[in-house]
Amino acid sequence: MFDFLTEYDILGAFWVTVQLTVYSAIGSLIWGTILAGMRVSPVPVMRAFGTAYVNIVRNIPLTLVIIAMSLGLYQTLNVALGGNTITATNFRLAILGFVLYTSTFVCESLRSGINTVPVGQAEAARALGLGFGQVLRMIVLPQAFRSVIGPLTSVLIALTKNTTVASTIGVAEASLLMSEMTENESDVIGLVFMIFAMGFVILTLPVGLLLGRVAKKAAVKR
Amino acid sequence: MSAPSVLYDVPGPKARARNAVYTVLFLLALAGVGWWIIATLAEKDQLTWQKWGPFFTEGQVWTTFIFPGLLNTLTAAGLAIVIALPLGSLFGIMRLSDHLWIRVPAGVVVEFFRAVPVLILMVFADQFYAEYTDIDSDYRPLMAVVTALVLYNGAVLAEVVRAGIQSLPAGQAEAAKAIGMRKTQTMTNVLLPQAVTAMLPAIVSQLVVVLKDTALGGAALGFADLFSQIRPIANNYFANTIATMTIVAVIYILLNNLLTAAAGWLEKWSRQRKTSSGAVVKPVDNNGRNA
Repeated sequence: MFDFLTEYDILGAFWVTVQLTVYSAIGSLIWGTILAGMRVSPVPVMRAFGTAYVNIVRNIPLTLVIIAMSLGLYQTLNVALGGNTITATNFRLAILGFVLYTSTFVCESLRSGINTVPVGQAEAARALGLGFGQVLRMIVLPQAFRSVIGPLTSVLIALTKNTTVASTIGVAEASLLMSEMTENESDVIGLVFMIFAMGFVILTLPVGLLLGRVAKKAAVKR
Repeated sequence: MSAPSVLYDVPGPKARARNAVYTVLFLLALAGVGWWIIATLAEKDQLTWQKWGPFFTEGQVWTTFIFPGLLNTLTAAGLAIVIALPLGSLFGIMRLSDHLWIRVPAGVVVEFFRAVPVLILMVFADQFYAEYTDIDSDYRPLMAVVTALVLYNGAVLAEVVRAGIQSLPAGQAEAAKAIGMRKTQTMTNVLLPQAVTAMLPAIVSQLVVVLKDTALGGAALGFADLFSQIRPIANNYFANTIATMTIVAVIYILLNNLLTAAAGWLEKWSRQRKTSSGAVVKPVDNNGRNA
């Protein structure tokens, strides 16, 4: 019953999923933090840009964002992001799309985290003469990051599941292999589905449990 | 004058000058990126009236492609939320059951469907219907999209319902018990009606997620939704891919902002209502967890 499994590289497909997730997560964390900084900054133009970016990108379907990377950025505007082969280019385009999209959720989580830091913390820092950049970098963000590990874990798990959308531009990750397998092995589609569903449960469950414990430990006791 | 934010003081002359410099630098950077985009678009012939004009002068693009696509998107999203709500409520209540043999299986089902990507559910549902049912192939993509969205969002809404019921003051259930109501009566006559008002904003916000996820069906199953109209439009109107994607994106953004505004308005309304308990379930985040 399980013989056909040897013909497919399921672990390899999930490895691509993991790579997509890790690279996109790092990029989203960086760009999301910058966006959050803009949204609380003293410069009105930056605040307006941050707000507009989040409200626009968050409301576009991820599928459209990813397709826009391939169909728009690559095929129409010929931006290949330095990829030599079509596989490498699509992989990079997918990551760029995930970063652009996921960073809006990182930004919103961080912003709500900044709001949980007691007013007295920022006021005390300002009383010491720290400027905006110093208050944010040395006092507020370190505390905010500790209280948003929980929400950011949710974002990370959502990102892991969202990487399946990369299959729409032909990145050979788990869901693309599943589509192929359900077509070829049409008599055992239930089994194929359970294998891939369990793959995602295995990817997301330990991350959720582990980071949930970290979040409890790291939370600032008040 | 009070400070606009706790993070920085009201700017004095020095800070105002510095902010002005930042403003100019930021605008220059934005203009640079904007210029690069427009120049590249122009170089690739994407800004011609031939490509953008049809959306403003020809009604045919809208009546042949965009409106039918939009109708399909709204149908799928509407059907999904209408079916997912009662199903989610049922599972949410089951998770609060006093009986272990109801609570645990319901919990396993909810957690499973929340952990599985919607796209995988869709692909499976489509293949399943193709293999084991004789649903007309015209309706199969719609059925598969709705099935997957119901399974995922039912699981998410189950958590919303559970949070909604748990957000009510304990006195509500206790008072119901004190006047001799049975558990079912307490749930249907006391807890659920109040929880529904507390949940309304979260449910409307979930509609945004459902609406966005219908596009997966357009990409993976050939469901004729708004998203899947991009290729046919570009094929008919001089390969105006960029213009079409922009217009389609704008429609999604407008719709979703409308829903978000409605959710915010509902939240304010249920907070102000004198008869409610004042409990409000916060909109779930993009992973269906109460943030």
